[in-house]
Amino acid sequence: MAATETYPDDLKYHKEHDWARIVGDEAVLGITWFAQDALGELVHYEPPNVGDTVTRDSSYGEVESVKAVSDVIAPVSGEVLEVNQKIVDEPETVNADPYGEGWLVRVRLSDPSEADSLLDVEAYKQVVAES
Amino acid sequence: MVPFAGWEMPVQYEGVIPEVRAVRGDCGVFDVSHMGELEVEGPRAADLLQATLSNDLARLAPGDAQYTLLTNEHGGIVDDLIVYKLDKFRYLLIVNASNREAAFGWLKERELPGSDVRDVSDEYALLAVQGPRAIERLGLPPAKAFTFAEGEIDGIQCMVNRTGYTGEDGCELLTMAEDGAQLWDRVLARGAVPCGLGARDTLRLEVCYPLHGNDITPETDAISAALAWACALDKEFTGANELREIKARGPARRLVPFVMEEKAVPRHGMAVDGGGEVTSGTHSPTLDRGIGLAYLLSERAAPDTEISIDVRGRPRRARVVKRPIYKREESS
Repeated sequence: MAATETYPDDLKYHKEHDWARIVGDEAVLGITWFAQDALGELVHYEPPNVGDTVTRDSSYGEVESVKAVSDVIAPVSGEVLEVNQKIVDEPETVNADPYGEGWLVRVRLSDPSEADSLLDVEAYKQVVAES
Repeated sequence: MVPFAGWEMPVQYEGVIPEVRAVRGDCGVFDVSHMGELEVEGPRAADLLQATLSNDLARLAPGDAQYTLLTNEHGGIVDDLIVYKLDKFRYLLIVNASNREAAFGWLKERELPGSDVRDVSDEYALLAVQGPRAIERLGLPPAKAFTFAEGEIDGIQCMVNRTGYTGEDGCELLTMAEDGAQLWDRVLARGAVPCGLGARDTLRLEVCYPLHGNDITPETDAISAALAWACALDKEFTGANELREIKARGPARRLVPFVMEEKAVPRHGMAVDGGGEVTSGTHSPTLDRGIGLAYLLSERAAPDTEISIDVRGRPRRARVVKRPIYKREESS
């Protein structure tokens, strides 16, 4: 079942409705509650390959619902260290837990300073309010 | 909500997947009041319909319904519809919303003295109540598929049509437009799950019912679309000669169902490697995989043929299967 609307304050956000949990020189990436709610129940996740380079503001994969397909935008640049296989197998996990089990990739940051330009939770909530 | 043929239609209520499961497992209700209703009346009503519709109207007794096609001179499909024989001189046609004007205009132009075609769509509301428990929940008597009868749901008079677009048991309830909202509430109170356009499209695709405008159009002929079963080629109707010729020489391409062998969701308009095009595609919650319909060259359209679909630049394996993709278990 779908999670209730939340935006954790320990995450960094991108205006395309993506989040990053940054720890040291690594980050875990995913899509926000707003994004999964707009898409509806996810039925497919097209992930990047481990070792691929993801580039800030560019697509690194696709998530698809019954209704629509959407690019997933990288909030930060880096190299893919791990793909969440659980989402490949059970994409609806993103709807149930977008910030926890619903993470999409883990990356090694190529430019940790990019994190400074991401939105904090209050700024992102403003984006959502205006969407 | 999305605009659809001039109507504001819900894509989903709770969600496509739970709605599909409700219809496959219990009972769902769809407001399909956008569908068009045409009435054809008069001593020569049957002559007009027999000359314009592909299926054999003579097989119907009053109280029977039939899936049939309105065909053009090339055997292309102007609309697909269900005709209900009200009595010897009166027929009801339930047509696609987006073809309401085309179908009405087509028949009106061909009216014979003694046949009158009227568009009565605005007078009626139509609710499709579908699922293995639909009839039980509505408290209706058992009846054969493709029949209809007068009936009543909690005091609301309806025409109860044993037809649908989901492959499940159930009915479509035609009632006066002003009673539609109340009937909807009564059907929900009886435990039907409200379902939107998304679930409707998924359910029909799982059982390989074509969607006019996607899978069948005025440019696609009935034989290539695998609808020969709805064409009485031993009678005369518009395009019958062309369809007999296509059948005799074999169509160059055929509309066939397929299932994905790899994770991917096929979509309308995607190319099939080696020639062909996906006309409908979605994720099937019932099978938990991508499914669709595609026009393929006839020599590569047999069941079990492996095909490759271009999913936004990525080739994804799929397999042609027999109709239907999903078949409900027959209840004993």
